[in-house]
Amino acid sequence: MSTATEVVGAPAGVPRAPRTGAKKKRRGETRVAIYLVAPTLILLAVVIGYPVVSAIIMSFQKDAGLDPATGLFVAGGFAGISNYAHWILQQCLDTSGNTISCPPGNLGSQFWNATGVTFFFAVVTVALETAFGVWMAIIMNRTFRGRGLVRAAILVPWAIPTAVTAKLWFFIFATSGIANALLQTQILWTSDEWASRFAIIIADTWKTTPFMALLILAGLQIIPEDVYEAAKMDGATTFQQFWRITLPLIRPALMVAVLFRILDALRIYDLPAILTGGGGGTGNATTTLSILVVDQIRQGFNSASALSTITFIIIFIVAFIFVRVLGTNVVRTQQAQQKGAAK
Amino acid sequence: MHVSRVSVIVVGMALMGATLVGCSSGGGSGSGGGDAANNLDGVGPITYVQGKDNSNVVRPIIDKWNAAHPDQVVTFKEQSDQADQQHDDLVQHFQAKDANYDVVDVDVVWTAEFAAKGWLQPLKDSLAVDTSLLLKPTIATATYNNTLYAAPQTSDGGLLYYRKDLVPTPPTTWADMMKDCSIATQNGIGCYAGQYAKYEGLTVNVSEAINTAGGSIVGTDGKTPTLNTPQAKAGLQNLVDAYKNGNIPADAITYQEEQGRTAFEAGQLLFMRNWPYVYNLAKTDGSSTVKDTFGVAPLPGMTGVGASTLGGHNAAISVYSAHKKTAHDFLAFLESSDTQSFFLSQGSLAPVLSSLYDDTSLQAKFPYLSTLKASISSAVPRPVTPFYPAVTKAVQDNAYAAIKGDKTVDQALTDMQAAIQTASTGN
Repeated sequence: MSTATEVVGAPAGVPRAPRTGAKKKRRGETRVAIYLVAPTLILLAVVIGYPVVSAIIMSFQKDAGLDPATGLFVAGGFAGISNYAHWILQQCLDTSGNTISCPPGNLGSQFWNATGVTFFFAVVTVALETAFGVWMAIIMNRTFRGRGLVRAAILVPWAIPTAVTAKLWFFIFATSGIANALLQTQILWTSDEWASRFAIIIADTWKTTPFMALLILAGLQIIPEDVYEAAKMDGATTFQQFWRITLPLIRPALMVAVLFRILDALRIYDLPAILTGGGGGTGNATTTLSILVVDQIRQGFNSASALSTITFIIIFIVAFIFVRVLGTNVVRTQQAQQKGAAK
Repeated sequence: MHVSRVSVIVVGMALMGATLVGCSSGGGSGSGGGDAANNLDGVGPITYVQGKDNSNVVRPIIDKWNAAHPDQVVTFKEQSDQADQQHDDLVQHFQAKDANYDVVDVDVVWTAEFAAKGWLQPLKDSLAVDTSLLLKPTIATATYNNTLYAAPQTSDGGLLYYRKDLVPTPPTTWADMMKDCSIATQNGIGCYAGQYAKYEGLTVNVSEAINTAGGSIVGTDGKTPTLNTPQAKAGLQNLVDAYKNGNIPADAITYQEEQGRTAFEAGQLLFMRNWPYVYNLAKTDGSSTVKDTFGVAPLPGMTGVGASTLGGHNAAISVYSAHKKTAHDFLAFLESSDTQSFFLSQGSLAPVLSSLYDDTSLQAKFPYLSTLKASISSAVPRPVTPFYPAVTKAVQDNAYAAIKGDKTVDQALTDMQAAIQTASTGN
């Protein structure tokens, strides 16, 4: 990250080079840097820039409509912002071309519901995964017999492909499956509104907590042992050690882990798609934004492009807010640490 | 500050890639008028495209054809076994105007969409195929805008599986079946189940209920919804009432084909609506407790046989094919009595040729054959519409809510009607 900053431009505070020779040298370095970065930039432009621009252009085109005379599809033409209005304002057209509110059963009517479901999953799963992840990481960080075995065992759920995980939990949550047998209940895990949501949350937490644990473990391992010894000397309780030492010191690692998981959770697709098919409740209790996008792709690319652009913007805003908050935190912590070290 | 801004850009670009890359292939617009007039008498090697050949029926058939036509060799391009992937694979090749996809196997519900995109060769004039010997409803699945766009290849219809040890004579009407549910209650088992999870199977079951009651989902033009009729209401009401009063057990709302089959084989259901493939499995499965105690009957209707939904596949010629004459002859070969008979005996695929259902040697091997003929003969296709994905979604969402009791039948049908209308306006 820091190299990138230097390439972009020297910070204002840096004193200017006094001699032209040094200037020339720096110009040469800049050119080398451009050559080194160019292949990556070109690759990014091809694999990310082109699809994004193409999708945004498509999102302003109408989906193909039928020519009543021939019964064949014809290109829909320019749509203005109607594809976006379709999703955000839930506007549909009736057969005589009037704007109406999208009826249930039309994908447009599900946008805000899907947004809510997606955020609900993101917040709840990440909260649970963080709590369990910290707990697991602390266990893995202890020295005890069989630690290697425990670390490997904790990682197993993360190593299983999500599709397989989803199928696994699908069988567990079947009406006559293990979950109901153990709990002595008759819960319809894949079709009750809240049961299906919790089925997803349980499966996701099971699968992704190891990832959190691993990132947090990395943070834990850099805490020097003598800090704890000093704390013990001063008579700090275990809880105080955790709250005053462990948590602040793993915070940078923890925030990065949470950011990754939030971004991941906001685009959750495979788990609900396989486990519940997006169903439950009145039929869409577990439909996330990504599931909605895939559903719409089969009904029309252009409208799907608009929806994926909206989804992207939503996730981008969340990421932006998070990185700003996180970024300042990281910087402050480092400065604080440096100050601490200087003393 | 620099750090965070750069991070935002990096994260943003990564996100863009993740969320948008799926939509980069553009939507197609239909024209095809020119392509449909080309290569009508082209003769030469062709490719046949179909989903995974699970019961190994396609290769032997193609070998047989190739032995007889060494100058017009057919190559088999096998797709995955997932219907969605097959659909998307076909769409991509059509959009690329791929001349190597000469004859394609399309699910009955995709036929209208592909036809309206201008990708399928109309089967008329020199390319006309003889449909006089086929079961009538199968032709309807391949017909769009009064033009035949594909040759029916395999069919499928729903059957009523019942426990003949508990119900000696199967019910012929829905009302009789509901009366027989007291027998299920006495035996402590569920009465009737079809497929009511929210997926394509629900559309199959709901359209069966509506068609059986004399209603329909869309009109003959394939896009105008016709759900505001008392018949359509009566049809959906039947399912809703049965689920409400427990004749359809509560967990049936999670059933796809396999869950229903498992429950029936475990002896937990008196009646079940399912496809013919269940027959052999229920007879031979080690875990089946009903091997000798189940029978099959046509689906019950209002007064007589109910209106099953049609499954199956059609074979179509791509407008971009260079050898349409050969492709056409291959379609005729697929529909020939020998091929159809082989499909049935080797792969248990329901034939489209009417005569095979009366063949006594085949009937001996497939005891359900005459029942299946009755089912398919009175079957009704799912809506033949270019907007099928939106229509099936409208049906599933609203019927599912109605069956679960979250919505009244009237409201569900009103919403379904409105949602199907919006399907054809693009937004």
